[in-house]
Amino acid sequence: MAVTGLDIYKLLPKTNCKKCGFTTCLSFAMALAQKKTSLDKCPDITASAKAALDSAACPPMATITVGAGDRKLEFGGETVLFRHDKTFFHMAELAILLSDNTSETELEQKIAEIEKTGIERVGRQFRINIVILDNESKAAGVFLKAAKLIKSKYSGNLFLKSASPANLESVLAGEKLEKTVILSAGENNYAEFAGVAQKYGAALAVAAESVEKASEITTKIMASGFNNIFLFPQGRDMRDILHFNTLARRACLKKNNRSLGFPVMNYTGSDISDAATAICKYGSIIVLDSMQIEQVLSLVTLALNIYTDPQKPIMMEPKLYEVGKPGPESPVLVTTNFSLTYFMVQPEIENSRIPAWLIITDSDGMSVLTAWAADKFNPEIIKKAVEKYEVAGKVTKKKIIIPGYAAVMKGKLEEELPGWEIVVGPREAAGIPKYLKAYMAGQSASL
Amino acid sequence: MEIPREKWSSKIAVCEIGAAAEKGGTRAGTVKIGGHGTLPFLDFENEAVEVHKPAMALEIFDVYPENWPEVLIQAWGGKETLSDPVKWVKQAEEFGPELLCVRLVSPDPDGHNSGASAASAFIREILKNTRLPLIITGCGNNQKDMEIMPEVIEVLKGENALVGIAVKENFKTLAACCISSGCSLIAESPIDINLAKQLNILLTDMRLPIEKIVMHHSTGALGYGIEYTYSVMERVRLAALSGDKMMSAPMINFVGQEVWKSKEAKATYEEMPKWGEQAKRAVDMEVVTGITYLQAGSDILVLNHPEALKIIQRKINELVRDI
Repeated sequence: MAVTGLDIYKLLPKTNCKKCGFTTCLSFAMALAQKKTSLDKCPDITASAKAALDSAACPPMATITVGAGDRKLEFGGETVLFRHDKTFFHMAELAILLSDNTSETELEQKIAEIEKTGIERVGRQFRINIVILDNESKAAGVFLKAAKLIKSKYSGNLFLKSASPANLESVLAGEKLEKTVILSAGENNYAEFAGVAQKYGAALAVAAESVEKASEITTKIMASGFNNIFLFPQGRDMRDILHFNTLARRACLKKNNRSLGFPVMNYTGSDISDAATAICKYGSIIVLDSMQIEQVLSLVTLALNIYTDPQKPIMMEPKLYEVGKPGPESPVLVTTNFSLTYFMVQPEIENSRIPAWLIITDSDGMSVLTAWAADKFNPEIIKKAVEKYEVAGKVTKKKIIIPGYAAVMKGKLEEELPGWEIVVGPREAAGIPKYLKAYMAGQSASL
Repeated sequence: MEIPREKWSSKIAVCEIGAAAEKGGTRAGTVKIGGHGTLPFLDFENEAVEVHKPAMALEIFDVYPENWPEVLIQAWGGKETLSDPVKWVKQAEEFGPELLCVRLVSPDPDGHNSGASAASAFIREILKNTRLPLIITGCGNNQKDMEIMPEVIEVLKGENALVGIAVKENFKTLAACCISSGCSLIAESPIDINLAKQLNILLTDMRLPIEKIVMHHSTGALGYGIEYTYSVMERVRLAALSGDKMMSAPMINFVGQEVWKSKEAKATYEEMPKWGEQAKRAVDMEVVTGITYLQAGSDILVLNHPEALKIIQRKINELVRDI
């Protein structure tokens, strides 16, 4: 819940003593509200006012950090129920559950597979950043041995799952796992688990069948001063999980219920539809039984889509894109860098089965008509792109297809690009396959 | 603790598709969609209302699906099934969808450019060969659909089909036909909540009731702009539940046709070994796209792969389980 400068001012000493560096208490309060200074600059603040302000300034949902350095991941800290209200901040991650009952060779093989998973989406690389080792064997030695093996082979974060706090401790004491997560504590053993988590700087997953139960347990853990928590709903099926996730998110954001203001971990096994539901609805860590690259491709894409900031139009990187494997005889098309424009044009070119060069101009992420109206898709900009991406060196025939909506710029563009022929393509992306087929037929006829 | 239940003031309209003999049609029964008084699958907080689970449709064409990749063709039993619309329909029925969606591809001026009489004759054939409630869509060329759909919709009189797709350029013709034949209409607008509402207002002004409208906010495949449609649909659903009657029509998504156009579904293993096996990858993509639209509030998914249908149907039954 956001606090205003006036809310803060009411709790200050109102002495205008200037010790904080500000001329008045009110200006100090205003600066505090904008987070430009910190409360400890005021030497005369009462303890009760400080406690009130600290808790008001604390966001309703905690941000939990896992791992360090290259492995660092952040979860939670979300402020809205719907992405269109602002955005979701910390992207959901996939985790793979591995049993310590797995043979050494198989474990090595699985880790190698997870290690090499790399998926490129909109110019970013994605991989599996979390492996959870399950102490299925219940034996401390087996657990430790498997953990050691994974740690030596895996560059991501290793989380630990066991029913035994002692087994967890034996791994945590032996292996240095920075900011890991241990799972999972229930109502009968939360104190022991929280003790272990606290001792080793780990976060704790709290398992519960209902939000009421989860709230009861986390309230008790928080009373001991420990706040590094994930919620881990246990349900009969996805319906229960969906309800838990939704109620927990609502309780912290709308009712300011701190005991549920933690990121959620969802176990979805090998059911891709459960994993997709969890990504849409408030799951931060999605735990899968096995690494299937086909599933990972779709789920990572979904997480990326759902966690995209809806306030900014996504832009494609302006450059010369290859659709299929174009050669010197392939057609050249040009359009703007609004991602939806690209995502409509690119598949239609693919549909035509005619490989082509696609120039994406730097048009501030606007669609063709908007960019044209705003002068962000004009002959000069297209000329610059053609030169920058050295299109002339890639094709034998100097001919560019422009979008039908930008037909008016044909003459001007021919002046800007002497030696190039400008042709007007279809207005809608759906017309591209037919257009390209006719275009190629015309090309070969003219030879 | 206090359980944060939402109290919504309104609910989603109930749209009925298909009519059996007693209602003047030849369908096996009626599929109802809509009726929700909450966001998707959260019926625990509003148990009193009449809630219908989302209905799944499989899609068939009036021509052989030239652009379908081999893995999809195989899932339907190969070229032989898909070259014969009657066999295709029978196969679709066996896969167990609640609805059958027929797309009239041949009238497309860029394709066969066939006329209204061929289209209506084809629909007559379909009516004879299946008793599933029907969704019938034109070729997607607004002008051409205006020419062929009146005759097609006339053939569907009494069948209470869902037809489309009406856009701002052709909605008057299509809506008038729907009113006279008793069909419902798919109203499409390009990922824009205001344009969607405007179109619904124009349609209801023509006396097409909101219960006879199913909105399509356009469909983007996973990775191809799905988040834009997802958020517009969430906003539309929230507006409807908060009392905006003009936004209270159920929603449809053409998941299959978008997914199977994508590179993720089309690229073979040899082309993209890093993405794994093609058939599995493509079905996963169709399932994830479908599930995502269900969370945004979709009431009808039009799918292409029978396995995606099965997985999504199973999940819907789990999500709407009676307590």
